[in-house]
Formats: sequence, C-alpha cells, structure tokens
Amino acid sequence: MPYDYRPYPYSPPPGLTTPEGPKPVIVIGAGPVGLAMALELAGLGVPVTVLDDNDVVSIGSRAICWSKRSLEIFARLGVGARALDKGVTWQVGRTYHRDVEVFRFDLLPEDGHRMPAFVNLQQYHVEEYLIEAALAHPLVDLRFRNEAIGIDQTEDVAHVSIRTPDGEYGLRAAWVVACDGARSPVRGMLGLDFEGEPFEEHFLIADIEMQAEFPPDRRFWFAPPFHDGQSALLHKQPDDIYRIDLQLGWGADPEVEKAHDRVRPRIEKVVGHGDFRIDWVSVYTFQCRRLARFVHGRIVFAGDAAHVVSPFGARGGNSGLQDVDALGWRLAEVVAGRAGPGLLAAYDRERTFAADENIRESTRATRFLTPAPGGETDLRDAVLRLARKAEFARPMVNSGRLSMPCVYPVPGHDDARLPRASRPGAVAPDAPQGAGFLLDRLGGDFALVAFGEAEPPEAAGVRPLVAEMNDHIRARYLGAEAGACGLVRPDQVVAARWVGTPEPDAIAAELAAIREGRA
Amino acid sequence: MNLVTTPNLPDPDALYAELAAAHRGLRPAESAALNSELVLILANHIGDAEVVRAALALARA
Repeated sequence: MPYDYRPYPYSPPPGLTTPEGPKPVIVIGAGPVGLAMALELAGLGVPVTVLDDNDVVSIGSRAICWSKRSLEIFARLGVGARALDKGVTWQVGRTYHRDVEVFRFDLLPEDGHRMPAFVNLQQYHVEEYLIEAALAHPLVDLRFRNEAIGIDQTEDVAHVSIRTPDGEYGLRAAWVVACDGARSPVRGMLGLDFEGEPFEEHFLIADIEMQAEFPPDRRFWFAPPFHDGQSALLHKQPDDIYRIDLQLGWGADPEVEKAHDRVRPRIEKVVGHGDFRIDWVSVYTFQCRRLARFVHGRIVFAGDAAHVVSPFGARGGNSGLQDVDALGWRLAEVVAGRAGPGLLAAYDRERTFAADENIRESTRATRFLTPAPGGETDLRDAVLRLARKAEFARPMVNSGRLSMPCVYPVPGHDDARLPRASRPGAVAPDAPQGAGFLLDRLGGDFALVAFGEAEPPEAAGVRPLVAEMNDHIRARYLGAEAGACGLVRPDQVVAARWVGTPEPDAIAAELAAIREGRA
Repeated sequence: MNLVTTPNLPDPDALYAELAAAHRGLRPAESAALNSELVLILANHIGDAEVVRAALALARA
C-alpha cells in the first residue's frame, strides 16, 4: 500500500493579527530532527514553537535506518514503541563481492539491551509518529505552512520573519534552533557555508513494493552479477517495501536515470522478476561537509542543517537525533537560568567532534565504494579479491560503518579499573532492571547511579539511584570491582565515575564544570 | 619496531628473481593487481602501521 500523504491542518497564527510575546525557543523545520528537538525540550518543560514551510511528511522513504541510540531517544520522546513495532529489526550486515559473501558484521552481538541494533522504518512513518506526539503535547506549538523567510539577532534575542498563506508576521525568541535540513535556508540567511568535500558519484535510490521473503539483514554487493561493475545495497522496510541503492557512476544524468522505464529493467535484474510496484525513485550525489561552528549567537544548528554525510553508514538522521540529545538538556538548563550560554559551547564542541567522526567514517566508506581510477581502484579491488581468500582482508571491506553513538572526550573523573563500555563520554550502556531497563530510569536529569557495594551519596541537584545487580551490570559497570558510582547526564551520557562511593564535593565539582560548559 | 633499511634477506638475488618472475607475461593491469594484493598481504603480516608508514615514506622519497 502506498503511504497516504495527508496534509496536516494549518490555522492562521495569532501573530498575524496581534504581536505575540517572545518565545523561549523556536525550532525551524519539522523533519525528524526538528520534531524530536521540540519534543525533547517540551519534555524538559520548555515551551517550543515549531515552524515548517510544508504540511505533509517527507515524500519518499529517505532516512530509513534508525540506530539503537535513536530508538532509545525515540523511547524518551514517547514514540519508541511505535517505531519498534512497525519497523523491521536487524543487526547483521552482509557484504558480497560478485556472488560470494566476503564480510559480515553483527552490530549488537550481546543481549541485555531494550533496543535492537537497528530498525528500518520509512522517514514518513517516523515523522507521522513525532507529529502526532507533538500535536498532543501542550508545550509544543506546531505551525504548518509557516515558512521562515528572514532571521536576524541581537545579543539577547532573535527575530524570525514568517510567511503564511494569510500573510506575513514576525516572532521573537531567546533561542532559535535551525533544523531545516541539508539545504538549510537559515544557513543561507546567515551567509554561512559548509566546509568539506562533495562527491561526484551518482546513486539511484528506489523503493519498490513487492511480496518477497528476503531476510531483514542489510545486504551490500560490490560488482554483483545483476548490476554491471557497480555496487548495490538492499534494505527491507515495513509494508512490503524494499529499498535499493544502485551506484550509477560519474557520468550519469539524473533526469534520464529517474525515468521509470529506465529504472524498471535495472530493478528487474536485481530482484529477478518484474512483479513489483515502484513507490519512489531519486538520484543523488552527496557531500561530507559541515558548518565550522554550530552555535551562532542566538541561533543553533542541528541535523543536516549543520552537517551532511554520505548515506552509507546511516549517519545522517541518526547523528541529527544525537544532536538533539546533546542540545536539548543544555538549552533547557540555559532557558531555566540554571546555566549560562557557555553551556552551549559544550554542545558545539561535542557535536562538531561527532560530526568530524561521522564525516571521517563516511568519507572512508565513500572512497572505498568509489575509488579514484588508477592505483586507488587497484588497491580497492585487491581488498575485495583478497577477502575471498584470506580472513585478514575482510574487515577492510568497507560498505559503510554504521552509526554508533560518539564517545565524547570529556574530562570527568574516571577509573581505568572499571569496564571500558561505561567510560566517561559514552552513552550509559543499557542493562535489564527488574521488568524494565536501566535507560528507562535515566535521562532528563542528572543521576548518580550506585552499582554493587556502593551507596549513592546525597548531593544537590542529583537524583540518587541504586542499580539492581545482575551479570550485565557487572560486565558493563563493575568489572572486577565490588562497587562503583557513575554520574549520568540528562542525555544518558556518563559524565564521571568512581570505584566505591565518591565524596559529595567531587560530585558538586563535576556538576559545576558541566554547567559552566567546561566539561 | 623500526623499518629495516639494511640488507635483511639471506639471498636477495633469489627473492628478487622470484618477484620479477611473478610479473613475467602479465599485462600492466595484472601486474598492478598482483602488486596491490602483495602490499596488503605484507602490510597485514607486518602488523605495525608505523612500519608500513615508514616504508611508504621511503618508497615516495
């Protein structure tokens, strides 16, 4: 069944007739990142106004691979169960050279986590769930067909000019979060440019609907027999929809390649028959680039508006949601007056660090997929041939390294005797707790979690928590130690940890460093 | 470990002859493919990125 693209209702905003008071936060763009940003802030008690130039969800499946971390964020925003129920769960990636499997990766080889490694779910479904949650939230004011057409700012306030079907108006806000996508108009209005590398290679992306018993695994082919000399990627989605990415080479003409009578024979060769319906087709090239800085005075960039990567690695939508993770609580602290704007410098520091990691990983994958002619192609082809006959070459086969949460270089207290998985800067690893999971009990505030033989000390501004002991907790948080405590940020990132029980002063010092944006 | 740049093979003439013989009768593209595989196999055997980097620097010098 094709997705039913229903328009969401537009109503004339009050600002058209009477000037509206200043808003704490305006989010520009109601894609997955903007909507998640709004729900995150609303969940932390901050009223949010969301502006979108459109009134329907995204056309075509677009972002489909949602990582474990994104699912954990969705759970916090109230749409995790829907995404999990509807999506196709997978964790194994299989890579082929011609017709031989040369590399296999398992993204979650251990149990004891609430969320799976990945689900595939069309972006339009994700947006629908987020829109419904936003419309139901009393602190989210979601305005469709409200296009931001101008923006300026002073030291204290930003002003956004907005066009609606009924005319133009303006809104003031203490903070504006630009989540308006890869072609971000806000970026253009501020005269900002991306820095980095564009790639020339064209890829065809097609969603087809068909009845098939394909496994949920991600499957990638180098030089498959069904797509002459190029690469191909296949993902299973809900509703009997399959995503096929086909490399087209440098000289491809997007308009010619998009034509269905051109696409159909290509797909027939992939699936081996013609019994399918083409749902959506696009031809794309891509870039691996970012803004030099994500915070510009009162205007903060997140998601594709701040950084873009190639799609091989699912690092676009997922990294945008991790931006939301890193920005939401900080902005809420600043809006509530518990921290100064310096806290946002830490968002800039952490997420430009993460963007560089994502750009590095996706650039490497892209180079492996599309090596320059000559010696680089010789070397790439040598890896693929070797992978068929020697184990060492298999991990060199790079069809994309899939999104994992970045481990931030934070200066919080650490003790190397404790397991590496829960080191400061990492997202707190999940683990079963009673009938639920540890991550259900973390997030939204600062928590001090005691593991094993440790007592959480009383410290101002921190919620004490005692973890229920089990083998997963031992492996992920204790190792050989009898007791440990971890300070966990509102975004579920471990800020600091100690063997045994820390002094309250030590916790207060960590908190002060975080709030001042030093850590 | 440092890159060895002094003679390190008991019979350098013999190994050179074997490497050269491996290319006899190959077209340039086949030779390039052979050399590429050889580089990767030896790099993995060395197992030390610093040594491979030093070798790369020497080759480019």
